[in-house]
Amino acid sequence: MQLAEISSVSLAFLGSGGAGVISTGELLLEAACKNGWYGLLTRSVGPQIRGGEAAAMLRLATQPVDCHADRFDLLVAVDWLNAQRFALEMPLGPRTIALCDPESGAVPEFVRAAGVRVIELPLKAMTAANPEWRPNMIALGAALRVLGLPEDAARAAIENRFGDKGAAVIVASLAAVKGGADAVESGVLPARLPAPAASGTARWRISGNQAVGLGAVRGGVRFAAAYPITPATEILEWLALNLAKVGGALVQAEDELASINMIIGGSYAGAPSITATSGPGLSLMVEGIGLATAAEVPIVVVDVMRGGPSTGIPTKSEQSDLNIALYGMHGDAPHIVVAPQSVSDCVFTAQWATYLAEAMQIPVLLLSDQFMGQAHAAIDRPADVAFVGQRRIARDIAGTYRRYSLNGPNVTAMALPGTPGGQYTADGLSHSERGTPSSAASDHRAQLDKRANKVHEFDFGDHWATLHGSGEIAVLTWGSVTGAVLEGIALARTDGIDVRVIAPRLLLPAQPERMAAALGGVRELIVIEQSHGAQFYRYLRAHYHLPRNVRVVNSAGPLPLRPGDIYRELTAERAA
Amino acid sequence: MSAEPKPAYKASDFKSDIAPIWCPGCGDYHVLLSITRALAQLGKPPEQVAIVSGIGCSSRIPAYTNCYGFHGVHGRALPIATGLKVIRPDQTVIVTTGDGDGYSIGGNHFLHACRRNLDLTMIVMDNHIYGMTKGQPSPTTEPDLDTALTPGGTGLRPFNPLVIALASGANFVARAFAGNIGQTTSIIVDAVTHPGFSFVEILSPCVTFRPDQRSWKTQVHPAPVDATDDPARAARRIMTDDGFNLGVLYRGNRQPYTPKFGGSGCDLSELEREFEL
Repeated sequence: MQLAEISSVSLAFLGSGGAGVISTGELLLEAACKNGWYGLLTRSVGPQIRGGEAAAMLRLATQPVDCHADRFDLLVAVDWLNAQRFALEMPLGPRTIALCDPESGAVPEFVRAAGVRVIELPLKAMTAANPEWRPNMIALGAALRVLGLPEDAARAAIENRFGDKGAAVIVASLAAVKGGADAVESGVLPARLPAPAASGTARWRISGNQAVGLGAVRGGVRFAAAYPITPATEILEWLALNLAKVGGALVQAEDELASINMIIGGSYAGAPSITATSGPGLSLMVEGIGLATAAEVPIVVVDVMRGGPSTGIPTKSEQSDLNIALYGMHGDAPHIVVAPQSVSDCVFTAQWATYLAEAMQIPVLLLSDQFMGQAHAAIDRPADVAFVGQRRIARDIAGTYRRYSLNGPNVTAMALPGTPGGQYTADGLSHSERGTPSSAASDHRAQLDKRANKVHEFDFGDHWATLHGSGEIAVLTWGSVTGAVLEGIALARTDGIDVRVIAPRLLLPAQPERMAAALGGVRELIVIEQSHGAQFYRYLRAHYHLPRNVRVVNSAGPLPLRPGDIYRELTAERAA
Repeated sequence: MSAEPKPAYKASDFKSDIAPIWCPGCGDYHVLLSITRALAQLGKPPEQVAIVSGIGCSSRIPAYTNCYGFHGVHGRALPIATGLKVIRPDQTVIVTTGDGDGYSIGGNHFLHACRRNLDLTMIVMDNHIYGMTKGQPSPTTEPDLDTALTPGGTGLRPFNPLVIALASGANFVARAFAGNIGQTTSIIVDAVTHPGFSFVEILSPCVTFRPDQRSWKTQVHPAPVDATDDPARAARRIMTDDGFNLGVLYRGNRQPYTPKFGGSGCDLSELEREFEL
């Protein structure tokens, strides 16, 4: 059966690294978005910095999209180097067309096997005749024509990108785009991109990593310490540039052990502080996060998850750092774990994370992933929210200052260096109310209680999860998989299957009462996650009462889940 | 006799009411006394001083002072001090550490703190042993020291932290002996006052696990020449001395690192502009 009406068009540019296919994808996304469409661009690259295989995968749509579609409508190959490696990442079908140059090698097996219609695009001949044309610009023009966009649509994007390379480069690029457009016929693509609906709201083009940086700064972050790691580096690079605009600073650290401790020092000194890393770096930071719990120093730690364990797949996505985020620390170490659900949600969740850290003087881990972190998307401008970090600060201190006082609220006022009478030693050792090291059972237990209670007492409000739909079948999912789940249940709904979706944004502390209410009346539960070890399912089992009838879809990375995968999960058993 | 202006602070103003856990006779008592005397001489109020440490006997110092303090995890005092100083450059920030905490588990931070040259003072109480874990060899332990963990000795050459500090870019390098309280105090004052990253290695005997170090007091002597501003010359002197030359050995003139804080005038909405379609 037909899964869904086409409301989007999906295409990929393929080529060897350095051929410029990623920037071609970015130019097309910008061109389409400037002309009113929405879109999502992800990239898939090998481990090589230059010379490996690369693909820019785009989905253009008339509404915001948070996942890729079930198959690609158009493949534009600048060359076919190592393209076979994309076989699993690039679902194709008889409705797909491929534009490629017969002179750049044989069409790969996975493309031929899918029954793709191959249309010739003589890139080599065209660049031989016009030496100043770049093959990727020709490919861009051809894609515009096939998609039904005027080649002039890319003019602003090209002028913007190549502005500092001089007029000659812009002229040559525009000529190559025109040449590429004229080399193919419009109307060859079975899929159509409907005209964009007029939208009154402001729209952004942003990556998930940029969105995390922006959200954190909105939430009050003014200090970052940075150690580069794929796929988190863009957060740090964005912060380096933008913290400097708002009176903040970023320091590059010598390793992740340093970066986590630097932000603990910066936050102790009074600045809301952040670092960003991926799995291997998080492993190194865990001891420091425990210190921040014990010393009650607010910090935000972003983990842009990639395939693991160990070095894993640095350039590709997985949801397999949930366990370490939840349970990584030794001792009983209350902390917060949150996860955004889309590129757009990265803005909100990072802002909220900063607010939560400051409000509870606690470490907050934000679990993003490579898929949404490095995706570029056109989104509606996220709403402004009021979550700005407000730390309880001790001022005008009279008498003995008790940093970890047990008389009064569990979130205790923090003295900042320089405040007379507030001198105390923040300590990772078990300590008394004053912070004095103590191995007494009474002090240990009292401070464990204090740190646990300040989290239990906190009202996290409605932002703990996003809830969609109703019905006796529910899907529980999290993170970037949520986008595919929502599209999948929309497909199921056209079959009359009503599915409810519960996607917790707050993973720790668990919210048993809220979850019980969200699961009320559910007969059948499907847990969907991107982890080989079913980490999310095991977490749910540990913290929540689940319906008896539970099915788990634990699909390892790095392949993204697609709406059709979800739809089949929802319909397969019932059809059988 | 003309009246000297009364000093604003006494050493006791910088001491807390917490009794140290150190063994009787430990060199670290003297280091604590020298630090508090130096702070009194420097004349800033206790709340404008922060003392940061890691784990080990020497790292207990912050809580024994009346300053702001951070007793972090093993080896990470320098990164915490770095974050603190970057955000609060007005604070005097001193790192107190030992040869295990500062040179072994924290060795990478030592290199990079020297290189970064932030205006910090690192005081290392070096007793060539892990005292708190009861007597294991550190990077400065002699190769033949017989320990339970390394029967017959490590067979490894100890490294020379002062030369490493020089090679890594420290802006001030000194050696002191815990028992010489007057000299140690003036070296600490000098180190804190000198711009950039100041490194002070204090020979601080461990009377429990290294009773042989009681003889240090007869072995130490003032360095025969004044400090140089030439790191190559300082390194040659340090590499060829007997390990007991005391005093300021190198005084550099590198510009301290100051992170680039931008203006604070930018409205947050300006950050959105790059995303607007």
